[in-house]
Amino acid sequence: MTNLIMETKDFSFTYAGVDAPSLKKINLPIEKNRITAMIGPSGCGKSTLLRAMNRIHDLYPNNKYEGEINLYSNGKKENILDLKKENDLIRLRQDVGMIFQKPTPFPMSIYDNVAYGMRLAGVKNQSELDGRVEKALQDSAIWKETKDRLNTSALGMSGGQQQRLCIARAVALKPDIMLFDEPTSALDPISTGAIEELIAELKKDVSIVIVTHNMQQASRLSDYTAFMYLGDLIEYDKTDTIFMNPNEKLTEDYITGRFG
Amino acid sequence: MGGKLFKNFSFFSATLSFFILVGIFSILFSYAQDSLHEFGFDFLGSEVWEADEDDEELGVFGGYIPLVGTMLSTVIAMVIATPLAMGIAIFLTEIAHKTLIKPVSIAIELLAAIPSIIYGMWGLFYFAPIMQSAFGGNGVGLLTAGVVLAIMIIPFMAAITRDSMNTVPDVLKESAYAMGATKFEVIKDVIMPYSKGGIIGSIILALGRALGETMAVAFLIGSVMQIPNKVTDATTSIPVLLANNFSEAEGLEMSSMYYLALILFVVSFAIISIAKFYFLGKKVK
Ligand SMILES: Nc1ncnc2c1ncn2[C@@H]1O[C@H](COP(=O)(O)OP(=O)(O)O)[C@@H](O)[C@H]1O
Ligand SMILES: [Mg+2]
Repeated sequence: MTNLIMETKDFSFTYAGVDAPSLKKINLPIEKNRITAMIGPSGCGKSTLLRAMNRIHDLYPNNKYEGEINLYSNGKKENILDLKKENDLIRLRQDVGMIFQKPTPFPMSIYDNVAYGMRLAGVKNQSELDGRVEKALQDSAIWKETKDRLNTSALGMSGGQQQRLCIARAVALKPDIMLFDEPTSALDPISTGAIEELIAELKKDVSIVIVTHNMQQASRLSDYTAFMYLGDLIEYDKTDTIFMNPNEKLTEDYITGRFG
Repeated sequence: MGGKLFKNFSFFSATLSFFILVGIFSILFSYAQDSLHEFGFDFLGSEVWEADEDDEELGVFGGYIPLVGTMLSTVIAMVIATPLAMGIAIFLTEIAHKTLIKPVSIAIELLAAIPSIIYGMWGLFYFAPIMQSAFGGNGVGLLTAGVVLAIMIIPFMAAITRDSMNTVPDVLKESAYAMGATKFEVIKDVIMPYSKGGIIGSIILALGRALGETMAVAFLIGSVMQIPNKVTDATTSIPVLLANNFSEAEGLEMSSMYYLALILFVVSFAIISIAKFYFLGKKVK
């Protein structure tokens, strides 16, 4: 129980209208201020697990959660599957940010995109907003590119810039965890490099979970790696161990490219 | 071979519709000549509509009253219809339970398909008495016409707005929720701005329809040549005046009616062009 920010305990998940669970009894620790990568072949349940961690699944009715997902925030333990009220889910999503595969800038200015979450959270003071917007853009390494056009539409930025803007938007809320679902798969190699650098930088302040189907990315970036297959967590360990000396035959086969 | 034939045919149809458009405009314009010469732009501000006692071919004619009637009934309709249509579209895309979406959508499409004369009859025999007991007046008048016009254009506006709200990507809404937004905030900050083009387009198209509507308004506006002082007063509108007077008018009165038709044509054409411009502008982006 040393340094966890989150952990799933016998967590199972079943989509509405589907008989078989898409995740089966997952036990996965998420270490504080570390990067945890989730790898596995397409359809194994990586996104499903990630989307449970901020309860975004709840936007669609009748999905079924079982087990526990505990969040250790501000020194107290809370099973996020127990949250019922909309307000509690909103608070959860401010603590657990999410970045999607494709950049999703809102149809508003760069400044308003970054200020959006803070305004929702009730920050009204203009100088506080200005300060935190600048800080978030700096922390996300796009302050230089954006400082002269904060009031122009975010839709005019390049894909890589938009993705960093989305990261800034999440960073601005000072979350405990940030969840990334294949954040670079829609980007060119140079933008990908910039995002990876940024994620490595961010772990000073937040804990990170990243889904990727790019094994080099997982090995370059992460401290821990979870390998999933058909809704099961096959193996979780230090990234070095998973890639150099995995315990499971299945993990080794996947790492060495024998399937997937 | 078949492809070429089809291409020629569609080219022919496209050209034909262009010529029809130009042809209608020229005919309206040339038939309106006498009135244009006689009254010029003063026509727009004059309230008189009187044939000469002695010579049926002459008289004094002005378009102010039907112009005002058209504009006011349209404004009333738009003011009522726009918020309701937005509400229905939002309900259908974001709030309604899955099992409700289908039946409500079908109902809306059916409402949009009802011929306007039926709205007119229903309005006159059922709705006008209700309006009379609620607001006074004669039952028929600006307000009744405006409200029934609103009922006629709501389904149409709601359907277009819904279609454009449905194009908002799920992942964009999810990212707003992931920042801690409520449903209301997602609608206000993401869905509305994202589908702005479609919303404005639907408003403009509905405006065009309301301006040109004849049958329902003919039943409900009262068809009298008078300036309305209250919303419940009877008045007339351009299409209604044209439909009512066409069979008897001669000479300058006939020409003045072409003048009115020309005004309506130009205004509607401008409105539809703006709407098209919006839709195209959206696709290009
Ligand atoms: N909305 C949904 N409804 C039903 N089944 C789904 C839904 N989304 C994903 N699934 C299923 O859940 C499984 C895991 O999907 P996902 O988590 O997206 O995989 P991954 O992200 O690892 O590629 C797949 O079998 C997929 O078909
Ligand atoms: Mg996925």
